[in-house]
Amino acid sequence: MFIRLVTVALIILTVIIAHSFPWLKTPVIFSLCNGLAVLGVIVLIRAGQVSFGHAMYSCAAGYTVVFLARAYQLDGLLLIGLATMVATAFSALLGLFIVRYRGIFFGMLNLAFSMVLYSIISKFTTVTGGTDGLSFSRPQLAGFILERDAFETALLYMVLACALICGLLAQRYFESAPGQALGAIKTNETRLEYLGISAKHVFWMGYLFSGFLAGLGGSLFAIAQGLVTPEAGYWVRSGEFVFIAILGGSGHAIGAYLGAFIFEFVRFYAAALLTGAWQITLGIVLIVIIFLAPEGLVGMLTRFRLPARR
Amino acid sequence: MTTEMFILATLDGLSAAALLFMVALGLTLIFGVMGILNVAHGSLYAIGGYVAATLGLAIDKFGLSPALYLPALFLAAILIGPLLGGILEVGLLRRILGKDHVLQLLVTFAAFMILEDVQRLVWGTQPYFVSNVMTQFGNTDILGITYTNYQMIVIPVVAALAYYGLRYFLTKTWLGREVIAMTFHREVATAMGVNAKLVSLLTFVIGAGLGTLGGALASPSTALLPGVGADMIVQSFAVIAIAGLGQLGGAALAACLIGLSRSFAVYLMPELAVLTPYIIMVLVLLVRPEGLFAATSMRRI
Repeated sequence: MFIRLVTVALIILTVIIAHSFPWLKTPVIFSLCNGLAVLGVIVLIRAGQVSFGHAMYSCAAGYTVVFLARAYQLDGLLLIGLATMVATAFSALLGLFIVRYRGIFFGMLNLAFSMVLYSIISKFTTVTGGTDGLSFSRPQLAGFILERDAFETALLYMVLACALICGLLAQRYFESAPGQALGAIKTNETRLEYLGISAKHVFWMGYLFSGFLAGLGGSLFAIAQGLVTPEAGYWVRSGEFVFIAILGGSGHAIGAYLGAFIFEFVRFYAAALLTGAWQITLGIVLIVIIFLAPEGLVGMLTRFRLPARR
Repeated sequence: MTTEMFILATLDGLSAAALLFMVALGLTLIFGVMGILNVAHGSLYAIGGYVAATLGLAIDKFGLSPALYLPALFLAAILIGPLLGGILEVGLLRRILGKDHVLQLLVTFAAFMILEDVQRLVWGTQPYFVSNVMTQFGNTDILGITYTNYQMIVIPVVAALAYYGLRYFLTKTWLGREVIAMTFHREVATAMGVNAKLVSLLTFVIGAGLGTLGGALASPSTALLPGVGADMIVQSFAVIAIAGLGQLGGAALAACLIGLSRSFAVYLMPELAVLTPYIIMVLVLLVRPEGLFAATSMRRI
């Protein structure tokens, strides 16, 4: 109940920001995009696994957007759809291998693959533009050629819709049988297997879903920024996703967006104050959260539950 | 590939493997006793290197005797390893033993993020390269190649000493046997009278010391840049993943595998050199998910 209120408040806040404070549109878009990728990380955390390389799916989607936009001048919606499909297919393929591992092996293998992607992208300068990245001109959206301001507003609503739909979808998934089985990987995988359910298959589905979410977030981010750099796939980005997931909490899908909003706005305002010490701040906050509020913001919200009716 | 290049790549590979082995040894020792993969181990390597480089520069600056170059490397490792290792163990790792595995991993990851920035704040982003020890030891001609004695002899000898010293400590001394007992079963070992806190702290300090020693010994022959810590933690994890967690001897072989393949890749396919550890790790894990030398573990239902 309380979480529903927070969700509605968050949506209203986003709409108000879009109309009254136009300069805040970009950070709001960015935080919703990050929220989508973080939701992907949360799916895995529910299975008790943490990926230190999930930014690779956002990065793969981002580069798909750039390549397609530069080569064919496709419509924005088409770009997002195709790029998300590429990222999902990528995660389905890697997932076949990665879902066999748990714990540190899972985390480090994800990191290893993301580092491979990162170094390939930064090495092959002629194709990928190296560390400078590639930019592209603003695409049409659903056939409309929009000015910068209108484009951003349209994009904001689109990202908001995506975030809402994916949040509901994720929440529906968590409550469904495959989602519950995913949670059982964390509690007791052997028992899950004894029930006749393939833990690998359940985890592969979860991994696929998380890759889809990271890809969608990454492609929207690329469209919003009009530029993709290899940094989008660097382990620091993946670490940020994990950080936001822990900050928001994995108890409910809303945690991803709450965490992402706070993260983006703190960075927006505090980055100037904390130049050079940004990672120290992140690290210290992460340790504090883990020790004091291991369930994140969602855990705090559910603790302040409205009194139950008898 | 000419014969000279072949020998050069082999020598490069072996000296890199010796360094990698030392760092991985520390990582796997800590994992064995505490059950936690210390992601911050990469930072210990980097900071060990930076401190050693700073000491090397200080010796030149104050005109001290060049005989101090080599002791300074060890001094750096002995100063910074137990200090940082002790702080990490007492301040963080000791307090997260009962927590969820994801959270354990994240705490060490947080420590890694903090230490990465500390390095940048203290030593900046300019590459550090202090090779005075290496020039001091001179070169040797071997099969038509001129190679530095430091990389060819000093590093492998120290790595071998570290390995045999550690093995002697673990199998022949009372305290070492207690460490082994802890890796088998923490609770039972505690029930048998092992001081778990003390043994954990000691293991962590030794493991951290091996990490910083690796960094200190690497500092004369490699340039220190931000990001070496991240590179090292992935490589040393690859080593222990290939060998199987907790396999000390297997780690030596795995380190050679990675060190050699990387140095050969540098000469044959420079673009792929960075990728070789990952590729080997993935290939090995594809065939043997527990690593090459791991004993099969029991399933707990």
